[in-house]
Amino acid sequence: MSAPVVLEVENLNTSFLLPSGEVKALRDVSFQLRRGEILGLVGESGSGKSITGLSINGLLSPPGRVMSGSIRLHGEEITGLPHAAMRRLRGAKIAMVFQDPMMTLNPVLRIGVQMGDALRAHLRISERECRARSVAALEEVGIPAPEDRLNAFPHQLSGGMRQRVAVAIALLHRPDLVIMDEPTTALDVTIQGQILALVQKLCRERGTALIWITHDLAVVAGLAERILVMYAGRIVEDGAIDDVLDTPAHPYTSGLIDSVPSRAQRGQRLRQIPGRMPALTDLPEGCAFRPRCGFATEACAAPQALRALGGLGGRHVRCCHPLIPVPS
Amino acid sequence: MTEYIAKRLLQALLVLAVMTVLVFFGVNVIGNPVYIFASSECDQPCLDKIITDLGLDRPIWEQYWVFVGNLLQGDLGNSFTHGVPAMSLIWERLPATLELAVCALVIALAVGLPLGVAAGLRPTHWTSRIIMGFSMLAFSVPVFWIGLIMIIVFSVTLGWMPAVGRGDTVEILGVDLSLFTLDGLHHLAMPAFTLSLIMMAMVIRLTRAGMREVLFSDYIRFARANGIRESRILSLHVMRNILIPIVTVLGMEFGGVIAFAVVVESIFSWPGVGKMLIDAIAVLDRPLIVAYLIFVVIMFVALNLLTDILYSVLDPRVRLGGAR
Repeated sequence: MSAPVVLEVENLNTSFLLPSGEVKALRDVSFQLRRGEILGLVGESGSGKSITGLSINGLLSPPGRVMSGSIRLHGEEITGLPHAAMRRLRGAKIAMVFQDPMMTLNPVLRIGVQMGDALRAHLRISERECRARSVAALEEVGIPAPEDRLNAFPHQLSGGMRQRVAVAIALLHRPDLVIMDEPTTALDVTIQGQILALVQKLCRERGTALIWITHDLAVVAGLAERILVMYAGRIVEDGAIDDVLDTPAHPYTSGLIDSVPSRAQRGQRLRQIPGRMPALTDLPEGCAFRPRCGFATEACAAPQALRALGGLGGRHVRCCHPLIPVPS
Repeated sequence: MTEYIAKRLLQALLVLAVMTVLVFFGVNVIGNPVYIFASSECDQPCLDKIITDLGLDRPIWEQYWVFVGNLLQGDLGNSFTHGVPAMSLIWERLPATLELAVCALVIALAVGLPLGVAAGLRPTHWTSRIIMGFSMLAFSVPVFWIGLIMIIVFSVTLGWMPAVGRGDTVEILGVDLSLFTLDGLHHLAMPAFTLSLIMMAMVIRLTRAGMREVLFSDYIRFARANGIRESRILSLHVMRNILIPIVTVLGMEFGGVIAFAVVVESIFSWPGVGKMLIDAIAVLDRPLIVAYLIFVVIMFVALNLLTDILYSVLDPRVRLGGAR
């Protein structure tokens, strides 16, 4: 755990300022990421995991806005950076890959043009070097006949191939941090496995810090070292992946783990968390999971702090009835 | 590709065949052109002679066959009023109309695209509301009214612009064009602008709609995530996608603009084919009307084909000639 810290997020609050009022998408999100570390960011749709990614690389589209808090890259504050400075970071220092490979690449531009634009966004290089670098990048992600692929349009490649291209583009400038927003959700399971292995390998080789956003615990289990569970815009639990999955402290985490179908016995009903996430427009005071939680009591209505759990891996939980004991 | 074009040409011939029937019979049951040729002193034998000369005594299907036979040889008959081949009249007048239409198209794109982009970038800003209001007006206010108001304001009241005619022309590659003389441009400005308004409104709306859709797509977000400059994203990554529907619609619309420049040409007395058609209809010059209509059909078919080809160039997902 002595690797240098790449990313520090502190008390990040992101809101959507709608005419009907402020929707708080993120509340007091804090975490840090070290060089080469792989962090799994887990939660249901609407829990704020994608918004966290977009807040970090400054791609929130209005009315979304980072309201307060601090995001530091190598110790330097990047919230409130001017557009031009932020653009120079994107792709070069912080890269991002999105969910649907069918939609991530521009349908009317050749792969070579898209890679060339991504390269030239940060480098002044000749057409020839551009091609050479693109070919090398495609080779690294295991695309056969990369020279030919440069002239191909996205629709001529399969979904898995396209996501490989997207990964290649994201890693072109050897960024310090890569944010992957459910990059394998839309892919076949076998392809998903390949992409996972590929990303893991490349990040390890280069010491790239990785945030892997997903709702699929099974994916995170095999990939990440640390896990961050989000619910209704708040971090409810974090810690080393094995600890959290073996002994979840938050009832929500436990519910998520129980909901993984492969854990159910044959013939048994699949487990689920009853109810659904409350609308961000009217979150209850205190614990937002309270209405769905079997352990909820009056005490849960009070604001909850993220409390440290004992043991290795720096575990935290935001719950007044944690499933494992909290040292006082 | 070649196979596709061959197929399309075959279809075009079919369309053309059907159109000759419609046009020929449609025009030939209206009125009696004999009286145009007969002077007031003309008695029955004189009238009979005119009828025989024009071939109107023969059954109408026979007239049709003669018409088709001539058409196949590129002969659409002589204009009743001008006494020269109808087709040559059209060729003579066409450059003026084409010039007007092309200028209108260029104006529509040159003004419409930037306005549409601006409106798409900041949809709630007051400038966007003005732009969209303008496009609504341009779309719905009748062209003839705008033309007349422009003449009243700029020609009559202010005296800045000539109200009628084509101005000086220069011959370029054997075609008379007014685009390259100052006086010609001066004359061209108002009619071309008037004619461009509907296309311009369409370009604005299509561009804005395209911007709203494409700007929020994952691939634009990905391009931004890669740090590509906003100007580059707009001019290439977004624009390429937006141009697809615009090319389609304008391609189809352009034929209409040429064919129905009638109104604008009449108002500004622009000596193009539209003005010629109106004059021909007024005196029931059948061969000229038929020739014009046939010409319009051919032009529409050709423009549609051209649009399809251009479309496949812009959108690589479109493969002409079906899946392979």
